[in-house]
Amino acid sequence: METKNIMIVGVGGQGTLLTSRILGGITVRAGYDVKLSEVHGMAQRGGSVVTFVRYGSEVAEPIVEEGCADVLIAFERLEALRYAHFLKKDGVIVVNDWCIEPITVVTGAAAYPENIIEKLKETHQVYVVNAMEEAEKLGNVKAFNVIVLGLAARHMDFDKELWLEVIAETVPPKTVEMNRRAFLRGYE
Amino acid sequence: MAEKKIMLGNEAIARGAYEAGVKVSAAYPGTPSTEISENIVKYQEIYAEWSPNEKVAMEVAIGASISGVRALASMKHVGVNVASDPLYTISYAGVNGGLVLVAADDPGLYSSQNEQDTRCVARAALVPVIEPSDSAEAKEFMKFAYEISEKYDTPVIVRTTTRLSHSQGVVELGEREEPADKPYTRNPAKYVMMPANAKGRHVYVEERMKKLSEEGADFPVNRAEYRDTSIGFITSGIPYQYVREACPDASVLKLGMVHPLPKKLIEEFASKVEKLYIFEELEPVIEEQVRAWGIDVIGKEVFTVQGEYSANLLRRVLYGTDNSVQEAAQVPARPPILCPGCPHRSVFSVLNKLKIHAAGDIGCYTLGAVAPLNVIDTTVCMGASISTLHGMEKAKGKDYIKNWVAVIGDSTFMHTGVNSLMNMVYNQGTGTVMILDNSTTGMTGHQDHAATGKTLMGEEVPAINIYHLCKAMGIEHVQEIDAFDLKALEQALKEETKRDAVSVIITKAPCVLLKGNVFPNVCRPLPEKCKKCGACLRPGCPALTKNADGTIAIDETMCNGCGLCQKLCAFDAIACEEK
Repeated sequence: METKNIMIVGVGGQGTLLTSRILGGITVRAGYDVKLSEVHGMAQRGGSVVTFVRYGSEVAEPIVEEGCADVLIAFERLEALRYAHFLKKDGVIVVNDWCIEPITVVTGAAAYPENIIEKLKETHQVYVVNAMEEAEKLGNVKAFNVIVLGLAARHMDFDKELWLEVIAETVPPKTVEMNRRAFLRGYE
Repeated sequence: MAEKKIMLGNEAIARGAYEAGVKVSAAYPGTPSTEISENIVKYQEIYAEWSPNEKVAMEVAIGASISGVRALASMKHVGVNVASDPLYTISYAGVNGGLVLVAADDPGLYSSQNEQDTRCVARAALVPVIEPSDSAEAKEFMKFAYEISEKYDTPVIVRTTTRLSHSQGVVELGEREEPADKPYTRNPAKYVMMPANAKGRHVYVEERMKKLSEEGADFPVNRAEYRDTSIGFITSGIPYQYVREACPDASVLKLGMVHPLPKKLIEEFASKVEKLYIFEELEPVIEEQVRAWGIDVIGKEVFTVQGEYSANLLRRVLYGTDNSVQEAAQVPARPPILCPGCPHRSVFSVLNKLKIHAAGDIGCYTLGAVAPLNVIDTTVCMGASISTLHGMEKAKGKDYIKNWVAVIGDSTFMHTGVNSLMNMVYNQGTGTVMILDNSTTGMTGHQDHAATGKTLMGEEVPAINIYHLCKAMGIEHVQEIDAFDLKALEQALKEETKRDAVSVIITKAPCVLLKGNVFPNVCRPLPEKCKKCGACLRPGCPALTKNADGTIAIDETMCNGCGLCQKLCAFDAIACEEK
């Protein structure tokens, strides 16, 4: 199979590493070769973070390059815009309709761009979810990233049951049911 | 069938050490190397410790090796500078049990103060370097490194980079080898490096490197892959993957040992390809040597010495185009910032208010250098805050530093700051040192150290008391202050910076991300009292934003209830209350 390129972007602290663990787990379970690349260390402190996931019959480099991503999973609007140019022409954006102002905006040095989703829709297929609101309805706002993952899962090559199995294996035992419901909320 | 697992590069390095039968591991945390020790400690067969700094870690590993077991030291690239003193000399002495130093370089400076290339250190220290290209190789090459360490009587550097250390790939697990402990025999000619003995060992070392270069042609880690011979690459590590991605049909000489270079193999490869590129991140280490042998290559004249490489970079150089389809959008930057509730923000808000300059150090608190806090004036290396402040005083006199302090974290203080403070006392400085004690090594993800009372292996131990340590140096004026007590901080700073003697202010409050830390409170705005002055926004807490009407909003999912914004509000327009 030709290598599939997924990116997960967001703000440090939003749980991109959990999402990439689930994605890494499912690709191995499905029998693919896989490579992931993550950001650790200081950049995690509220900075822009990106995780690359590549799977296929044989994967060489661990990063996704500009113009090569099939799916961009964004936990925040501005981060979706920042990395949109990594997508292929027919690449898909799955975005959490949520804003976290960067310090450059808070201090007034820059302005948060308006109409991001509309702008993205001009050039790409965009799927939007307000995952914070949805997660709140489920009773745990922290489960928002699994909702976004659920929506993105429809653009990848794995069965629903396999997703649920891998999620159950990856998240802390106490949160399995919550994360299962969150995934299905996004997926269905 | 062997179990397959997806592993971080650093996890695979730890696994390789385990399978190689390593018994002792010592390290100081530093991105991107930290997860090596955090994974090593999961193997009960290995004694693993956080040492106070990389020099100590290296020496612990050296001692273990001399005693006859396989030993590991791991650190980031700048840590190798700290450990370079023992490294250069153990290169002469050689090993008994296998000895490996894992050095993690950081091309692209994801979390470092420079972009140095450990291969340059290795060349100077006459130490072989092994460089894997993915997690699977990371594990296997560790085992190979121990083999050649013992076979050639040499410490070996396994070089990784951020991209390799923090990428995951599929790894096939193997069994642990249990090499028998080697007997220790007293051998001063080998282990006592005084001039007469070192002279002899230097002869050995030069022969060793020559032999490694010759026999390296047959090492399985060095591999010539012949495909289309009109174009060939010499490469290693992660850049190998970019070559495979961008030029899948090209011939490649993939070097697993990048120092010393296998000359015969390189000459043979060069003779078989028409156009030869050298594709190596950072310094032209391979290129300069190959050129010196009279081989015609293309290297740094087209590939940069800065930052990380990529397949797109290679495509642009070779084909004048890459895979990109659209320009990047112009968007506001999102640099890393101190967390909501971070005690450093509180301390820095006071320094900022008093217009005090700070000689800084290495840690999250380096973020105090940028807007809106603008407090840190200098950052050089671990422990440098105290000594640079002392140097300023000796250059310009004690009055010059009356509006200066040194700021250093607890872990960095224990690393090398303590030496600098001894110097300040000994040489009659008068500086004010702030030790920002958040009870952990914060930036690298919360590792214990000698002043936390817990070891890497989870043992509870007596914590070295920083207050008493300072007092024991003979410093009369040492204060411990709650990092969120703004009034006490202000008063102490005014007092101590004025004083004609060394003084230490230890600010105390745990890192907000420290496990077990609970936050009962949350801050809430009271818009009816708000005068829209913006005082609460000034320290740049990410939980606070300005509403369209000038009042403020506080994101309760981010707020940790530290109360700094409340204390900064002169109009009681923020409440700090139980959740």
